Amino acid sequence: MSFTIEKQGDIVVVDVEGQLIVGNRQELKQKVLDELDRGGKKFLIDFSQTGYIDSSGLGVLVSLSKKIREQGGELRLANLNDDLKTLFELTKLDTLFQIADTRDRALESF
Amino acid sequence: MESNGPMPGADRHPPVPGPHQTRAAVELEMPSDVRCIDAVVDLVMRQCQALRYPPRACALNVRVALTEALSNAILRGNDENPEKRVCVRTEVTPERLVVEVVDEGAGFDICECLVDPTRPENIYREEGRGLFLMAALMDRVERYTDHGNVVRMTLRRHD
Repeated sequence: MSFTIEKQGDIVVVDVEGQLIVGNRQELKQKVLDELDRGGKKFLIDFSQTGYIDSSGLGVLVSLSKKIREQGGELRLANLNDDLKTLFELTKLDTLFQIADTRDRALESF
Repeated sequence: MESNGPMPGADRHPPVPGPHQTRAAVELEMPSDVRCIDAVVDLVMRQCQALRYPPRACALNVRVALTEALSNAILRGNDENPEKRVCVRTEVTPERLVVEVVDEGAGFDICECLVDPTRPENIYREEGRGLFLMAALMDRVERYTDHGNVVRMTLRRHD
């Protein structure tokens, strides 16, 4: 399980490898908040290498979305697999986030 | 919530059934450590896979509901106290999976704790989706007390 952060222009792109769960959600939160403190405004979290997100992981995404918006920024998501899409639909978080099918589409959407 | 008492026969069947077996059961104890959740969830998913439950039921319903139940037991029930243990009992048949998660906490009222996180006033909350997902992905979720706080989840096989 790891998080990789890279910049594509002015967009901070985070790759979540493995799972986003109770055991590592704080690590993701801190990494994104650090980028926000450094002035990042546009954030994309790419889940193409993510097998699973638990409820605490979903909660961290909600929390980050709020914090980023409060700073005048935007958080977008990309590449949810079918099971993850179902979790977002069940919890109606698909209505809260802008979710793109591919990384490129998400990057173009900013 | 109603209860039929502890699950019978949890120790009479192999943890993961062989090709000619039609029933699996296991009873195990785990420490109050979230890092141990994956191994337990993986075992129960393999039980269901061995009895040819639909892949999506294993990968989504069983995985999500059991992960959330174990997280609740460790974080809320046992407050991550290393002195406390979580017990897991499963019984898998071709018809249904029953899994019980027992912690050493004081217990909780499912109806009181089950909030709808999809409502506009709740959707921005960081917490409160675990029990909702358990209820959404299992056919039945019950709680009772029997030498600990027990959450019992039932998933009927839907092919």
